[in-house]
Formats: sequence, C-alpha cells, structure tokens
Amino acid sequence: MNYNHFVIPFAAGALILFAILVARYAYWIVQMPRSDRRKAWTGFFRPAFFRSLWEVFRESLIHKKVFRVNAMLGWMHMSFAFGWFLLIIFGTIETKFHKHKVFNMPYDPIFLRYFEHDEKQFFFSQGFSFVMDFLLLILLAATFLAIFKRIRSRFFGMKRTTRLILGDRIALYSLWSVFPLRFLAESFTSGLHHNGGFLTGTAGIAFSSFLPLQQLELPAWWAYSSALFVFFVFLPFSRYNHIPTELFLIFLRNCGIKTSGRFSGFTEFEIYSCSRCGICIDKCQLAEVRPQQTQAVYFLQQIRRNILQPQTTFNCLQCGRCTEFCPVGIKADTLRSIKRTDYSLEYGFSYKYAEEKIPPPALPVDVGYFAGCMTHLTPSIKIAMENIMKKAGVRYHFIDRDGTVCCGRPLSLSGNERQARLLMRENKYIIRNSGIKTLVTSCPICLRVFRESYDLGIEVLHHSQYLLRLAEEGKISLKPTDAVFAYHDPCDLGRGLKIYEEPRMLIARCGELLHTQQEKNEALCCGNSLADFVTPEPRKQEMRDHTLQELLLNNPDALITACPLCKKSLTYGSNVPVKDIAELVAENQ
Amino acid sequence: MKNFGYTRHTDRQIDFDATDKRLYQFVFDLEPSINLCIFCGTCAATCSAGHFTTLSFRRISLLLRRGMNDIVKKEIENCMLCGKCQLVCPKGVNTRNVILQIVKGIEKYEL
Ligand code: SF4
Ligand code: SF4
Ligand code: SF4
Ligand code: SF4
Repeated sequence: MNYNHFVIPFAAGALILFAILVARYAYWIVQMPRSDRRKAWTGFFRPAFFRSLWEVFRESLIHKKVFRVNAMLGWMHMSFAFGWFLLIIFGTIETKFHKHKVFNMPYDPIFLRYFEHDEKQFFFSQGFSFVMDFLLLILLAATFLAIFKRIRSRFFGMKRTTRLILGDRIALYSLWSVFPLRFLAESFTSGLHHNGGFLTGTAGIAFSSFLPLQQLELPAWWAYSSALFVFFVFLPFSRYNHIPTELFLIFLRNCGIKTSGRFSGFTEFEIYSCSRCGICIDKCQLAEVRPQQTQAVYFLQQIRRNILQPQTTFNCLQCGRCTEFCPVGIKADTLRSIKRTDYSLEYGFSYKYAEEKIPPPALPVDVGYFAGCMTHLTPSIKIAMENIMKKAGVRYHFIDRDGTVCCGRPLSLSGNERQARLLMRENKYIIRNSGIKTLVTSCPICLRVFRESYDLGIEVLHHSQYLLRLAEEGKISLKPTDAVFAYHDPCDLGRGLKIYEEPRMLIARCGELLHTQQEKNEALCCGNSLADFVTPEPRKQEMRDHTLQELLLNNPDALITACPLCKKSLTYGSNVPVKDIAELVAENQ
Repeated sequence: MKNFGYTRHTDRQIDFDATDKRLYQFVFDLEPSINLCIFCGTCAATCSAGHFTTLSFRRISLLLRRGMNDIVKKEIENCMLCGKCQLVCPKGVNTRNVILQIVKGIEKYEL
C-alpha cells in the first residue's frame, strides 16, 4: 500500500466534506413535503434521471448558459469544471492500470506521481501522462483566468463581480493554489524520477537544474494536500457548495419538483446551489442606481448566513431578470416573494367595505372587461378599449366600470398574502357572478394574479391577445401606416406570463416594429414596479430613463407598451408619445 | 343647556408639544420620503379605496404628523396598497412603504 503522512490532510478533508454534505442533504430531504419526496424517489426509474444526467453534463460541466452570457466567462467555468472532472476520471483509470487492481486507496489517483515512479509499466502509460499533463495545463490556465477576472472583470463581460465573504475568500484562494501546487509537486517528483509528461517532465528537468529537489519534493506534496484540505473543509460554507448541490437540484427539478408557495427542503437545495457567479448583479437594474447589495446573489447569501434584512427582501422589482439569466436557474424572484410572507402583518388591513358590496346580476354576455386600478389611472386605455369593442360589435360587460377593489397582487407582493386573499375572494365572487366566459383585462398585474391565483375556470386574456383575436377574426381591421414603433415588454406580461408575440403582431399590422437591444425575455423594467418598496423615487426615475434610452435608440415615432403602469411610468420621461397597444389599435382601426 | 343661537365645537387645536410623535418618527426613520408630502391631495383624488371609504393618503399623512394615531389606525385598514397614490404623487412620496411602515409601527407601539 502506498502511504506517506501527507495524504492525511487530503483524506481528512474529504471525509469532513462528505460527512457535512450527507448530514445536510439528509436533513433537507426529510424537510421536503412528502409528495415531493415521492416524486424524487420514483424519478430514479424514469427518463427524468437521464434528462438530469444530460443537464448535468450541459450545465454543471460545460456551462452552456454561462457561455450565453460571455464566452470567456464560459470558458473559465468550463475548464475548471470539465477539466477537473476529466482529471479525476483519467487519474482514476490510470491508477487502476498501474495497480492492476480494481480497488485502490481513494487518494491514490491524487498522489499517483509521488508513489509510482516507473511509468513504462503498462500499455498507453505515455498517453496517460500526456493527457494528465494536458488537463493540468488547462486547469492552470483556468486558474490564471480566474485571478485575472478578479482584477479585470470587464474582459469577462462583467461590470461588477460578487463581493466575497471570508469563507468564500479562503475557499477561493485555496482553489487558486490547488493546481499550481499540484504542478510544482509533480514537477519536483519528475525532476527526481523522470516520470512526468510533456509539462511536468520538462518543468522537472528545468527545476532540477537550480533547485534542491530532494528537500523540496515532500513539502510540495504536503502543500498540495493541505490546499485540498482547506478547499474541502471550506467548500460547504462557501460559494463552492454549489458544485455538489447543483447536481441534486437538477435532478429534483427534472423530477417535476417546483418552487412552491413556501420554503421547504427543495428551496434549501435551490438556495445553496447559487455559485455567486455574480451574473445576476449586472442584469439587475437596481445595481445601476443604488449601491445597496440587494441583488439575487446577496439575497441568497443573506439567507444562507441567516442575516436576511427586511430592506433586502423588499428592495427588488420582481422583474425576473436575475432568474432569466441565472445559469443555475434559481428562481430568486419567487424565493424573494415567499420570503416576504415572513413579514406579513397580523392586523392592519381589513376590507369590510369589499364584503358589503353586492355584485350586479349576471348579464347575457360572454365577454367581461376588467380594467384594473392602473387602467383607471390611465383612462385613455379604457376609452380605447371601449371604442374598439363597440366598433367591433362586441357585447361586453365592463366589470369594474365604477372602480372595484384591487386584484390583490400589489398586496401579496408586500407579503400580506392572507389579506390579499380577502380582495381576491371579492373579485372572484363578482367575476363568477357575472356569467361571462372570457375575461379580458388591460393590466398585466391583474392578469398574472387572475391566472395564477384566482382559479376562475374561464378564459382569461390580456387585451393584446383579445384584440389580436378580433383582428384575426376580421371583426376589426387595422390600417397600416408608415410610422415606426418600438415596443416595451412589461415584466409581468413578458417574463411573467410569456406573452411576447401578440402585442408585436398587432403593432406589425399598424406600422413597422423596430428591434431593441434587450427585448422579450431580456427586456428592461420600466422602473416603477409595485414590488419594490424601498427604492426612492429619484432612483426609479433613473432606471426609467435608462430603459427609455435603450428603447428610443432608433428614434421611433411612438413607444408602444401593453401595461398601464409602464405607460404611466414611461410617459413622464419620454420625448415621443407613449401609447398602450389598445390606443394604437383604436387609432388605426 | 341654554340655547344662545350658536353651537360650540370641541377644541380642535393641536398641541405639537404634547402630540405622540413616536409613530411619525418610526415611519420617518424607515421611509424619509414621508417628509416630502405637501398635502396637495392628488393621492386622495385617485385613491381606489377612497371610492368606498373615507381613506385618503393625504389625510393619513397629515394625521400622522399631528399624532392622531387612532384615526390613522382606523383609516389605514382600508388601503389595498394598489399604488395609484404613489404614481401620481408630485413629490415622490413612497406612499406604499409609508403605509406598510405605519402598520408595522402600530403593531410595535401597540397603538
Ligand atoms: S443567483 Fe444565479 S446568477 Fe446570481 S450569483 Fe447565484 S448562480 Fe449566479
Ligand atoms: S427580480 Fe429584478 S430587481 Fe429583483 S433582484 Fe432580480 S433583477 Fe434585481
Ligand atoms: S400626492 Fe404626494 S405630496 Fe400630495 S398629498 Fe399625496 S403624498 Fe402628499
Ligand atoms: S395604495 Fe392605498 S392609499 Fe394609495 S391609492 Fe391605493 S388604496 Fe389608496
């Protein structure tokens, strides 16, 4: 058996890591709801398992989604993950050949060069030396890139990188030192015994010419083993915890487990899968206007360290851009809205007046129109909608003509879910009683809560969808003009409900639609999201102006949007008219 | 009582030295924009809940400053946090956060 005292740090580190991870994961699995656990167990025998393997290869090793953000960044992540993975695989195979045994000590592949000096022992051993050295070279390059990224993150397409805490730093520095130390240790041994490949072999000869390798060899292996020890011990308490955790997350997700309305074992897997890559920081518009650390990465970090501040929880537009770009696919916006319910108020809001209202009797019409609070604030939209529907000969019922109680989403965004339910119950009662079959609303905020929380059992449409239907059925005809338009995707309508095409198709019938830099799922927020309770008004205006700058880059004649709140917000800062899609349709009808 | 041909109102003078400013101070510390309010009433004109009740953010703001916390507590129950007041406010008062903090302050001081 190969043994030297320097294997102890590595072996101890690996054991500690293993014990912590097993304990932690077991605890989370126990905390998962029973139905989720059943899904996970049966997932092993279903295609979900193979789908997960494929996803692990694509995302945990190759990092395809990081490549989408920036090629250099993707390369760095890939060479670390895939390079190290291959190093372990080839190292293990090489050891098995060397030993002519299937079983060997788990540390053998790590310290093989120290223990085995005779390299011509087996078939293709030269090839193995080459491959192992090549992989080491890739990892050394990756280490160099990682250090370079800390100095010049812009080369990696990042304006800002994550501010690291102590545990992260220690783990980071130990990771940086692992591969250079391995290189030194293997080179020193090779300098003495000539068992290296093209890299360590050459370096060994060079080192032997001026260094006392006899004395340096053992300390180098000690240093290498100790660096691994530090990395392993700090891994569960640092950003690198994502490496093992993400594998579980991918599997659980493929088994059909979702982030539901509360924290559970699954959300723990999600929270601990964040690699603090920092991609979400630049994507968050709040990073442009405020110094506060409130982005998804810091929010998750604060949960992990148990120091979550209410300021962080409530300072978020819930625009969903972080989730959209997160390479791990962490639903940070959903997690944040769940976390807000922890702050929900015991008393404070009660809506007795809502209960006292008597709903009007059912009308013999199929279509109901719900304007919503924000549309009442921008009356041109509801006037346009009424004109269109009248002209098209649609018989409809204007449910909240005289104003009604709010849909409840603004309230549930404040974490007061129980109180929001009171409003929802009232609206649901009114809508159900009206006898309509299709509910059309002008407000994406209402639309989202109608679809996600109301369970109405009837068709619920955004007015852009409904207007497109009218146009396709020939009930309204649109006159094309020479005008050019830009379109702003509202967050709740776009990323929230994936309605991207209908408004665009309507605009294309009225004129030319320009492309903008970041559109559809990448669109910017208007800045006035009702989900943010903290950002002061002047900072919101800054965000709005930045969004407008991008939207108006190609000088459109008018800016079109599909949300009364976005319209209100953008109108204040725009030098071209801002119109809702309904107004555009009404004008061109 | 003898009828002298006129009515006497209860004293409506506000003694700013004696008012309970704890709630206002609590809200101000967490949401300083409350201090920007000029009581113009734009928010009141648009209030969704104002359609059914006497709620008006302008009044809330005013009463809060005067320390009339019992009325604030009663009125604020009606707010739906819809956000219309915030969008129309010419001074950029972060009304929804003010309301949330008021409710929290009421819980804290058990008013
Ligand atoms: S939330 Fe996602 S994008 Fe943000 S740091 Fe974590 S892994 Fe990266
Ligand atoms: S949801 Fe939007 S505002 Fe909130 S952290 Fe993510 S990117 Fe930032
Ligand atoms: S609109 Fe603004 S400034 Fe005017 S009363 Fe309301 S909160 Fe005060
Ligand atoms: S948020 Fe409250 S106070 Fe403001 S308009 Fe809506 S209901 Fe009225």
